[in-house]
Amino acid sequence: MTLPVQYLWLIPALPLLAAGIGALTPRNGRNLAAGSAILAMAVAFVLSCFALNGALQAPATHAVYNFAWFDLGHDALRLGLLLDPLTAFMCVMVTFVGLLIFIFSLDYMKEDPNYSRFFCFMSLFAAAMLGLLVANSLLLLFICWELVGLASYLLIGFWFHKPSAAAAAKKAFITTRIGDLGLLLGMLWLYDSSGSLLFYDGGHGVLEAANLASLTGQTLSCGLAVSTAIGLLIFCGAAGKSGQFPLHVWLPDAMEGPTPVSALIHAATMVAAGVFLVARAYPLMSADTLIATAPVHALTVVAFIGALTALLGALIACGQTDIKRVLAFSTVSQLGYMMLALGVGSWTAAIFHLLTHAFFKALLFLGAGSVIHAAHHEQDIRSLGGLRPRMKITFATFAIGMMALSGVPFLFSGFWSKEAILHAAHEWNVSPLPLYAGLTAVVLTAFYMTRLVAETFFGQARSPAAEHAHENHAVMTGPLVLLAVGAVLLGFLGTPACPWLQARLSGTELHSSMSQLFASGGLLLLSIGLVGAGLVTGWWLYGRKLRQTAEHRDPLAVASPAVMAALASRLGFDELYAATVGRLNSLTAALANGLDRWVIGGLVNFLGQFGVFSGTLSRETAESTLNHGFDQVSASIRGSGQRYSRAQTGEAHGYLRVIAMAFIVLVLLLVLGGSR
Amino acid sequence: MTPLHLCLLISTGLFCIGLAGALARSNTILVLLGIELMLNAANLNFIAFWRFGPPSPPANGMIFVLFSIAVAAAEAAVGLALIIAVYRHQNNIRLQDATRLKG
Amino acid sequence: MTTALILIAILLLGSAAAAMLRRNLIHSALLLIASWAGVAAFYLWAGAEFVAFAQVLIYVGAISMVVLFAVLLTRQNPVAELPAEPASRMRALTGITVAVCTAAILSAAILSSKFTPAADTAPQTSVKQIGLELMHRHGTALLIVGVILTVALLGATILAATDAKEKPEDRP
Repeated sequence: MTLPVQYLWLIPALPLLAAGIGALTPRNGRNLAAGSAILAMAVAFVLSCFALNGALQAPATHAVYNFAWFDLGHDALRLGLLLDPLTAFMCVMVTFVGLLIFIFSLDYMKEDPNYSRFFCFMSLFAAAMLGLLVANSLLLLFICWELVGLASYLLIGFWFHKPSAAAAAKKAFITTRIGDLGLLLGMLWLYDSSGSLLFYDGGHGVLEAANLASLTGQTLSCGLAVSTAIGLLIFCGAAGKSGQFPLHVWLPDAMEGPTPVSALIHAATMVAAGVFLVARAYPLMSADTLIATAPVHALTVVAFIGALTALLGALIACGQTDIKRVLAFSTVSQLGYMMLALGVGSWTAAIFHLLTHAFFKALLFLGAGSVIHAAHHEQDIRSLGGLRPRMKITFATFAIGMMALSGVPFLFSGFWSKEAILHAAHEWNVSPLPLYAGLTAVVLTAFYMTRLVAETFFGQARSPAAEHAHENHAVMTGPLVLLAVGAVLLGFLGTPACPWLQARLSGTELHSSMSQLFASGGLLLLSIGLVGAGLVTGWWLYGRKLRQTAEHRDPLAVASPAVMAALASRLGFDELYAATVGRLNSLTAALANGLDRWVIGGLVNFLGQFGVFSGTLSRETAESTLNHGFDQVSASIRGSGQRYSRAQTGEAHGYLRVIAMAFIVLVLLLVLGGSR
Repeated sequence: MTPLHLCLLISTGLFCIGLAGALARSNTILVLLGIELMLNAANLNFIAFWRFGPPSPPANGMIFVLFSIAVAAAEAAVGLALIIAVYRHQNNIRLQDATRLKG
Repeated sequence: MTTALILIAILLLGSAAAAMLRRNLIHSALLLIASWAGVAAFYLWAGAEFVAFAQVLIYVGAISMVVLFAVLLTRQNPVAELPAEPASRMRALTGITVAVCTAAILSAAILSSKFTPAADTAPQTSVKQIGLELMHRHGTALLIVGVILTVALLGATILAATDAKEKPEDRP
């Protein structure tokens, strides 16, 4: 069975329908909302498999179905659907992982009064992500992109009665919006310079050779090719959604949402969107690599940002004590790996890692959810402990996820995908730094995951909640087992000996030979050694002498308190942003008003004060003048804020009047300007 | 001066009466009715162009007006319901008093 | 032909202007009904009978009733009937100025454009033709308008309905 490209819209439409049903069901219609959500995802999964089957029959072609959305003058704004192996693999992954997360949520969210609302939002989230995947137009992709942002806002703030959750939702939305602004600008620029937003359109699409040649042919005054500039703007959007440095700050705070939401955000939907966007726009991003004279290539920036993010995320993860936050920073780090792979030119390795990461990160998050559910919402690993005998299935699957994430050799999927990335970084001839960052992050990843497992599952229970924990229902453990199977098996799709996945993604011939496996023997051995070093160090610090009480100090904190404190406070990025960006607003307002006041009334004020000063020579008078001056300055600053807020009167009349006046002024300008 | 000119001038007059009412009156009902007049003026234009303009697909202008009337009806219903809700809150319907939602 | 149009215009514009000027809301509403009837007369004059009937049904029949109900339901108590304060007189003045400016610009634009003289007879459009157009070429739009109207109806009901949980003493 195959799914023709013109019916591809069914895949996002089904979860969207389920979201609609969920929105309309009353609070007591719990089974209807959950049932329709799960049914829609299951059918979407089956359809995605059909689509994949069809795409694999002709992997090198991009099947498109374009249609006109609405007419604009003699031109029409066109949207489209696209089916190629990249879309199909992503759809299968999102629907499968999403389905398991939905099933897991059945039990996890059981006691929540807003059960049907939860499934409505989750379906909307999945629908938006699937729409993003099947889009053949940057505009359609952007629409779904914003829907993903909206759904994440709703879900992170799902428990909006908690102030921290409401703040986290706002932070996630605003931070990603900063990136989205870049994407929007890039999109407008692209439309301006190529007249189309369709990716593939029989030779006229923006990702096809003719258009790329014209984009690389134009250069800006600073020497950048237009394609580089557009590529960097698009990467801004991707960096926001995928939590790349410096926009990574929202991702750990997104932990305020329910755990299945975190799993969905971190594994299948939101953060994958950024990596997917760069992979989708890869022909555009890489178009400038042929220009030897360019001051910077778009992909070089991507590679360095990715490497920095991988390193920073892994470092900060070592200092966190909340089980979900450790995983969140590990996501930041792994996303850095994917961007690194994209930057060094191997987008197939990035997608390979994206797929394997989706499985084991969903597994880890759902495992964490299982622990949190069993331990009555205790998330601090210092207060957990001793869960291994109490929660056997959770422990076994979590350990598989941990080993996949750390890259334990040969058996686990994370090893193969990470190996593909390191291999690509090794072959990159621009700079060796990303490779070094990646290798360092390998050690750190193994280290903090060992710490997490040792603290959570070994030793003795360190709080009443952990003591009374017991294994969850099959509804929760079933998805864990399925994901664990995926986390092991998925790696064998793309081993160096038989890179089936990479070949299918790029539409090239498959060359399989066992000798390929050890072609880069030195690097392979080095990374195996580094994983081993990380595991051993982690176990030596945390496993050898297990924590006795929750108050016991962390071994790393004993060794160097300053480093630990810095890591625990996430290297101060939040504080830095609060001190700079956050204050920028008020500072600008104050500055502008101060300037305004002093430029307009400054001379008069100065003369007046000079007169007062020269008239009264006594010290007291001088002091009072100074005081007066200070008072005036403060009053002016205070007044400035009020004056700026005065534009927002809240009066409908005023707004209507401004619209009418603006119309008159615009017409007069047009007439007086004499244009057309 | 063709009949089309005359029709367009009439519609301009109706539009500006509506605009003046919406801008000048403080009673929210009258503001809403002013906006209704502006919509009606737009409908007049559609019919005028349909009748006197260059040939178009059959009945295009009329169908546009029908849809516009339907949307205006929906707008009037919701708008008047909103006015009643506002009245219940602040005990009058002066538009300049309804500024509670400003940030 | 043109005489009829001018008569219709006088009815239409005169009653609209009077409606916007009256202080008594009931008078305004009744004058507006006259104005809407004038618009319907204009449609008849232009040969769009079907639209004229729709205008009569919807505006003169339905919306006017809703407006009258709204006026009656929100009748101001005498205390709230304040004399015009300077701020609102100022607003009225700027509003009318803006409207006059707009009128001047639009009229100038209309008078300066050249239209090709059109046919003397109205395009023949039967009701059957309109129905077929609506159901075929504009079928989707028709459905969407139906949904919009339903949603607006529900929304209006919810907005205007009294909250049952609201205690009587909370009400002003």
